[in-house]
Amino acid sequence: MKGFIIRSLISTLAVMLIVSVLIFLLIYITPGDPVRIMLGMDASPEQVAALRSELWLDRPLPVQYGHWLSNILQGDFGRSLRYQEGVTSVIATRVPVTGYISLLSLIISVFVGILTGTISAIRRGSALDQFVSVMANAGIAIPIFWLGILGIYGLGLKLGWLPIQGFTPPTTDFWQSTRQLIMPVICMAVPSIAILSRQTRSSMLEVTRQDYIRTAWAKGLKERVVVLKHGLKNALIPVVTLVGLQVRTLIGGAVLVETIFNIPGMGRLMVQAVLYKDFPLLQAVTLLMALIVSLANLLVDLSYGWLDPRVRYE
Amino acid sequence: MKSRVKNSAIPATFTEATLRVNEFRRITRVMFDRPVVVFGMIIIIILIFTAIFAPFIAQYDPTVPNFKAVLAQPSSAHFLGTDQLGRDVLSRIIYGTQISLLVAIIPVIIAAVLGMGLGLVAGYTGGWAGIIIMRFTDAFLALPPLVLMLAIAAALGGGLKNILISLSVVLIPTYIRLTRGQVLSIKFSDYILGARVIGASNVRIIGRHVFPNSFPPLLVLITINMGLGIMAEASLSFLGLGISPPTPSWGAMVNDGYSYLLSNPLISLAPGISILLVVLALNLVGDGLRDALDPRLRGIL
Repeated sequence: MKGFIIRSLISTLAVMLIVSVLIFLLIYITPGDPVRIMLGMDASPEQVAALRSELWLDRPLPVQYGHWLSNILQGDFGRSLRYQEGVTSVIATRVPVTGYISLLSLIISVFVGILTGTISAIRRGSALDQFVSVMANAGIAIPIFWLGILGIYGLGLKLGWLPIQGFTPPTTDFWQSTRQLIMPVICMAVPSIAILSRQTRSSMLEVTRQDYIRTAWAKGLKERVVVLKHGLKNALIPVVTLVGLQVRTLIGGAVLVETIFNIPGMGRLMVQAVLYKDFPLLQAVTLLMALIVSLANLLVDLSYGWLDPRVRYE
Repeated sequence: MKSRVKNSAIPATFTEATLRVNEFRRITRVMFDRPVVVFGMIIIIILIFTAIFAPFIAQYDPTVPNFKAVLAQPSSAHFLGTDQLGRDVLSRIIYGTQISLLVAIIPVIIAAVLGMGLGLVAGYTGGWAGIIIMRFTDAFLALPPLVLMLAIAAALGGGLKNILISLSVVLIPTYIRLTRGQVLSIKFSDYILGARVIGASNVRIIGRHVFPNSFPPLLVLITINMGLGIMAEASLSFLGLGISPPTPSWGAMVNDGYSYLLSNPLISLAPGISILLVVLALNLVGDGLRDALDPRLRGIL
């Protein structure tokens, strides 16, 4: 197990290193002079020269990269062009917001996804199963920005039940915060609920065919024990992988949901950075998102090695 | 009827050609036995038909503003009403199929060709090249597709050409990973060993054995990725970083209508339903294809 953990850590580190190189090179695939694009056309030659030397763009590539990476490892992501302050402090206030709504969405999608998937599998072929399957198929195909706007129109503008935008920290006003987050969190969770529900259903059906389930029934165990202890516990192993992958889906969803509902998180910040060609900010946000996804993947690998010992020796 | 098909699965003359034909018939039969797959197929055919014949189907020009009919309510003249520039919403949805079809097909072809090639190299030859390819694949997969596309959009700018490029980049890793997995599972099987023993070259082994046997799951991935392409373009255009106006794109239309929800919600909601239907159709057909080709793939794809 120790060797397995070390191998997983090394491969995560390698992946993050490659990601950092790719993000660093992003600025170089821009057609034309990146500094001119960042500053706009009316910038004076002095300004251009100043930013160029500030970003170390006048030195050889490997030197630039080394400088950039060593700064980042010390928590210095440079200065945001749009906000005119350190990228680190701009991001610091946004990370907890995205973290909070993503965590809520993850908890809801795991709970609802596994519950509906299990029920669907146990009552295979019933009207309930068919309903869940149809909803799961639709849930993957629904554009979440459209779902958000549908909610804003129906629940917000027409019925007036929920606020249509904004974010209040739960520590300031918990009730207001929760009311504002109902629609965004549901929108973010819908694709993940659908994916997890489908996977739970199919792996439950797979497990139900196993001999040890028949044995459990034959022993005269209660349905609850057979389904939960013998069935679900084994069926959840592939679901665990998928839960980890949902972190990636949720962060992608956060970009859309935060934009629609005007939530000051990392996703909306990224859209702003793209619109304003704020490359230092963009690079920092992208790197941070990749780090979060990679850590989630690492966690999945480790838990998988723990759940299924065969994986450790591959 | 069913027994006849069953018998014909084992023909008297056991040639490769008859086996292939029967396999094809079996797959189509299993697929179209399910009403949802037929439903999906119909939607896809309607999409293709609409995209090709859009100028004949649409009543109005999708891009020319008409300031006499700004934000008109649905009526017999404008079935879904008009938008803030007086353009017919239905006509724009009809022309929007063209962009959707383009972003569904072109990136998938580019990504599939490149991804399968790299996946074959990574899986078949392995070694350092394989390790490097897979590490890069992991790196690209560490970012949500939309985030990666946004980053590329920041560097290259919006517009159809750049969307096609960034979508291809986003999709390539999925093909690399799947192809490599397939190749690894086939590589050590007895028939590959047999081919090697009778002196077949690497090119022949890959072309005749490895590639055809790893193709079925790739076909499913291609179908599902078409839906992903449509969804990603719509999301990017919704954020204002995709297809540039006035070209009608469903995602951009949802965004346009957002500010006019109270005057005519259909401007925003109707294009979203189109996205939902088309992506759903592609997923249903992909699922049907997967179950028909190899039911064991359920859960992996």
